[in-house]
Amino acid sequence: MISANMVAMAYLLAAVLLILALKGLSSPESARRGNVFGMIGMVIAVLVTLQLSQIHNYWWIFASMAAGGVFGMFVAKKIPMTHMPQLVAAMHSLVGLAAVLIAVSAFYNPEGYGIAAAAGGLKVSSRIELFLGTFIGAITFTASIIAFSKLQGLISGKPLVFKGQHPLNLVLGIVMIGSGIGFCITQAWVPFLVMLGIALVLGVLLIVPIGGADMPVIVSMLNSYSGWAAAGIGFTLENNMLIIAGALVGSSGAILSFIMTRAMNRSLFNVLLGGFGGEGGAPSAGAPAAQRPYKSGSAEDAAFLLSNARSVIIVPGYGLAVARAQHVLKEMVDALIKQGVQVRFAIHPVAGRMPGHMNVLLAEADVPYDLVEEMDEINAEFADTDVALVIGANDVTNPAAKTDPSSPIYGMPVLDVAKAEHVVFIKRSLSPGYAGLDNDLFYMDKTMMLFSDAKKACEAILQAL
Amino acid sequence: MNEVHAAANAAQAAHGAAAFDPFIFAFTVFVLAVFIGYHVVWNVTPALHTPLMSLTNAISSIIIVGAILASGPLELNLATVLGLFAVGLVSVNIFGGFMVTQRMLAMFKKRR
Repeated sequence: MISANMVAMAYLLAAVLLILALKGLSSPESARRGNVFGMIGMVIAVLVTLQLSQIHNYWWIFASMAAGGVFGMFVAKKIPMTHMPQLVAAMHSLVGLAAVLIAVSAFYNPEGYGIAAAAGGLKVSSRIELFLGTFIGAITFTASIIAFSKLQGLISGKPLVFKGQHPLNLVLGIVMIGSGIGFCITQAWVPFLVMLGIALVLGVLLIVPIGGADMPVIVSMLNSYSGWAAAGIGFTLENNMLIIAGALVGSSGAILSFIMTRAMNRSLFNVLLGGFGGEGGAPSAGAPAAQRPYKSGSAEDAAFLLSNARSVIIVPGYGLAVARAQHVLKEMVDALIKQGVQVRFAIHPVAGRMPGHMNVLLAEADVPYDLVEEMDEINAEFADTDVALVIGANDVTNPAAKTDPSSPIYGMPVLDVAKAEHVVFIKRSLSPGYAGLDNDLFYMDKTMMLFSDAKKACEAILQAL
Repeated sequence: MNEVHAAANAAQAAHGAAAFDPFIFAFTVFVLAVFIGYHVVWNVTPALHTPLMSLTNAISSIIIVGAILASGPLELNLATVLGLFAVGLVSVNIFGGFMVTQRMLAMFKKRR
């Protein structure tokens, strides 16, 4: 056993390594090394904790770690990249549940954590921290389960709205905080469990009104919550390493949520209110759409356009992930590059179902990352591009965001696809995008619609090239 | 007269320093760490936002420290059983999170 000062220093070292792990992600080259720093930091933290004098239950602890670890490694190895959003949501729920379990355990046996008051029971400050950690953890747990179910398709991705939803949440929130305060005063089990129960229910109610395409924001937000829950546990245990790690994760998720909401030109509050993309959004432009003329073409037509182009920008969206078309798309891109066509990818920040979703899919298909550009980097280049090929994306290309102040997505930054000389849309139908909006791009003279599943379309184009 | 005053001040300062709540210290660490997180995460390239999420998932599983403390005592009661369960849950995240991050990062390659 090492001295308390040594323990604190080792925890500090672990915390620094975790910071370096995040710092590594500033570029793909340094990221792999950063991830190794993270692993080393975690190993140090676990080993130092295991050697503490109050830890006796080694075999049970090792068994739990082995069981969880084997399962985690199995999932990490097998999970398809298209399922990353679900996986991340599921992992958030585990952090949330673990935070709740630790808090309950600390309340049941405060001596084990050294947070017992001299007179027995818990110190007041520990009670407040426990209250915060428990309800944040509980909301993270159930909210992440709902987000996971929506992303996995276990329940409908459509927003579920009902009358009195927000007043109900408000009342529940007040009762939850009330019982939390009651717990801080009385330190009795009843208010604690009432608070915990309501927090679990609130997690569900807060996420059901939020639609599938808003999930990038929600997953980021839950990422943030899981960090704050960890920091809460850190306060309870008076452990600076946990506080540092929790604060890092909390601010990381908060920044991602901010980037996502900014890319949708909406406030976090607006996303959380939910209902976006449900039945309510449709009437604005839906009805006259059916009559408008559009050009549709075959895969051969698309192949002809693409192979005669000097430069092509591909705009991937969630449809690419759904169809798992990234590999055949990469083959198609290779064929084009072989013919001397310059091909690049343009990624909108909210493309897909989580931040960076498209980048990972393209990387999985072996697309070099220097061909993949962010919206701000490439938007000026569309004007100089022969063909913009949009695959399974819609709202992020909608020019109404720039031109039509009455549009619900007005002000949202979009990819300037309309500025390219030709536009090819691979889409299953003319159906409006997630926001329930028609897209004027479909009806422009320079646009060719290719009605197909993304994967079949890419295969057919590849054949024709 | 002045000397007495200074001595009283010094005594008061020393007393004040010794009496502050450990929570304040923890909170200081917390606020500074939020600032570090803010600056570090803004530097993360958007292309790596998905690995960022899986990595932060693994990092928030640092609460395994709390779970191990909860499972520490030899007697199996509610507290230790919940702790052991939590150890298992966050182990899924730690092993799974770091590994899936590694797997994703290995895919990011430059043009040959």
